[in-house]
Amino acid sequence: MTAHPLGNGGRLAAIHGWLLLLPAAVLLAAFTHYPAVATFWHSLFTTPRGNRPARFIGADHYRDMLADPIFWTALQNNLVFAAGTILPSIALAMAMALWVNARIAGRGLLRLAYFTPTVLPMIAVANIWLFFYTPDYGLFDQVRGLFGLPAVNWLGSGDTALGAVIVVTVWKEAGFFMIFYLAALQQIPPELGEAAQLEGASRWQRFWRVTFPLLMPTTLFVLINATINAFRLVDHLFVMTRGGPDNATSLLLYYIYEVGFKFWDQGYAAALTMVLLSLLATVALLKFFWLERKVHYQ
Amino acid sequence: MRKLFSGLNQIAAGLGIALSVAAAPAIATDLTFFYPVAVGGPVTKIVDDMAAAFEKEHPGIRIKPVYSGSYQDTITKVLTANKGGDAPHVSVLLSTDMYTLIDEDAIVPFDELARSDEDRAWMQGFFPGFMKNSQTGGKTWGIPFQRSTVVMYWNKDLFKAAGLDPERPPQNWQELVDYGRKLTQRDASGKVTTWGVQVPSSGFPYWLFQTFTTQAGVELMNAAGTQTYFDKPEVIEALQYWVDLSRKHGVHPQGVVEWGTTPKDFFERKAAIIYTTTGNLTNIRNNAGFDFGVAMLPAGKQRGTPTGGGNFHIFKRATAEEREAAMKFVKWMTAPQRAAEWAIATGYVAVSPAAWETETMKKYVADFPAPTVARDQLQYAVAELSTHENQRVTKALNDGLQAALTGTKTPAQAMQDAQREAERILRAYR
Repeated sequence: MTAHPLGNGGRLAAIHGWLLLLPAAVLLAAFTHYPAVATFWHSLFTTPRGNRPARFIGADHYRDMLADPIFWTALQNNLVFAAGTILPSIALAMAMALWVNARIAGRGLLRLAYFTPTVLPMIAVANIWLFFYTPDYGLFDQVRGLFGLPAVNWLGSGDTALGAVIVVTVWKEAGFFMIFYLAALQQIPPELGEAAQLEGASRWQRFWRVTFPLLMPTTLFVLINATINAFRLVDHLFVMTRGGPDNATSLLLYYIYEVGFKFWDQGYAAALTMVLLSLLATVALLKFFWLERKVHYQ
Repeated sequence: MRKLFSGLNQIAAGLGIALSVAAAPAIATDLTFFYPVAVGGPVTKIVDDMAAAFEKEHPGIRIKPVYSGSYQDTITKVLTANKGGDAPHVSVLLSTDMYTLIDEDAIVPFDELARSDEDRAWMQGFFPGFMKNSQTGGKTWGIPFQRSTVVMYWNKDLFKAAGLDPERPPQNWQELVDYGRKLTQRDASGKVTTWGVQVPSSGFPYWLFQTFTTQAGVELMNAAGTQTYFDKPEVIEALQYWVDLSRKHGVHPQGVVEWGTTPKDFFERKAAIIYTTTGNLTNIRNNAGFDFGVAMLPAGKQRGTPTGGGNFHIFKRATAEEREAAMKFVKWMTAPQRAAEWAIATGYVAVSPAAWETETMKKYVADFPAPTVARDQLQYAVAELSTHENQRVTKALNDGLQAALTGTKTPAQAMQDAQREAERILRAYR
């Protein structure tokens, strides 16, 4: 074994390595790990008020949560919201990318049009959609009116409100994911498709057997983003429904905001945050240890 | 600032320059003033101008007005800053946040700051209707500033078209239903093109609901903010009336009606009568392409409306000197002349009878008498729903109201559930 340039075998090298990692480690610890641990710690205490200090109550917040119907509604809504946004937005993104990747007239404009929703602020978008959904003279009801269909109170009825919110999210996200697919599609060597064509593969076979598998790394990346967004994107709720009617569109993060910053019950909000955190951690673990093995990297 | 000046002094002395500026008593009291904006118009500019005018008259005090977003953003910022020991000196916050601010030990009552008889007379000078949300436990915690009530706007053209007297709005619950029947228009396929009446129910339905409960002759909470009465028979009856407007009489849109688009529905002639805040007056005046009227809400057993809007609060963290300066500022901002100008610029109700007696206000209402409706309705006004843990209790009621309006619960069931939840939350405060 040759002498290390820094001398003294591996010891100094190890210190050297740790020092190099230190800035990143400090940032990660200060802004990711410490807040997570602190949140858990706070979730074990009551919320301090003016003249009543915080008191240790163990798992009481978690017990309350089990009996809290709004928490269960929000959780259930969030699962529906995830199911309704993740797959449709990915499928739509892929379809749009394939479409604007082809040689068609005006594809620059088309790409721009698909990407526009991404650059608009969510709050502005939500205000526009609020008027799309307005009963009677909103865009949707005007179109329905052409076919003689009655007006629908999209956001004001428990049956349709969550679906309406999901549509906005898919519309907002698909353009963003499309960009990743577009980049990935342009990385695929054209020979692969041409070879398949020589072998007599149909268009569908070429997509399903060649393009789709080669897009898998991108799909994994997009899937992770879509899942995180399904639990993170609540901006439009503030404008469109405020979680209503009767909690029909309340999502976990929105409920956490309400408990934390409207009810000022930070202890309980911390406990709710732990649920969200463990949900996301589980999803991430599943993806990295299970799904990743199924992905083909070129 | 003081440090900076003493530093400057030393430098000046060291250089041997006679700096008369640094020697002047420049030690001013700096006040941070947080305020939300909840209505249209150039409100931030108006507030900045008012602060500048105040500074001119009070050379020893400097005001730093901070536009802090919506009411919700403002209370969030203020309470977060307060926990960090850096609360503003003065802030305009929803009058209903009074109990929250007291529970957080964040504000001081004005009684402690009022030294002279003049101060005490000033505190007595506001409409009693607005003081109900500003006082508890015998103390005054807030001073009315940007206050409003619910009023009814009606489209005179649609009244004429329906064969109704365009100058006479419905006076009671029964008339509202009768008028609503005549005003509701359907096309050949039975689709409604104009609704008779529309009462918004998104976001904060409790505020609109309080119009009906007050008219039914019942209050939603006690004055100490520790008890709610959501399951009283009169409350359930009031909710039944609201639900029946759409489900039984078919004169009101079904489900939850969006607050934000309700004025637009009115402009588009999709609703002949709407309930909304007086704060929308300027908006409706500028955008309605037809002759409209503003009226008191129809009476049930009696007339009634809750008040709404924001109060001035002075924070505890400030030094005695700063509090005194803050008191001067609040007094100045709510003086009759300023209150009148503020009301005209924004559409809020001028907060004291004296403000209505100013020349400015008299001249304004001579051309445009609509604002007086809100003033005259104040005699029937009650405090806006406000309790300890206010937002949580309010949410319990809001959820119940929306459940009843969307038809997932009966009014009785919805109100009993809301009351049970409110009981659970408030038990700790009794």
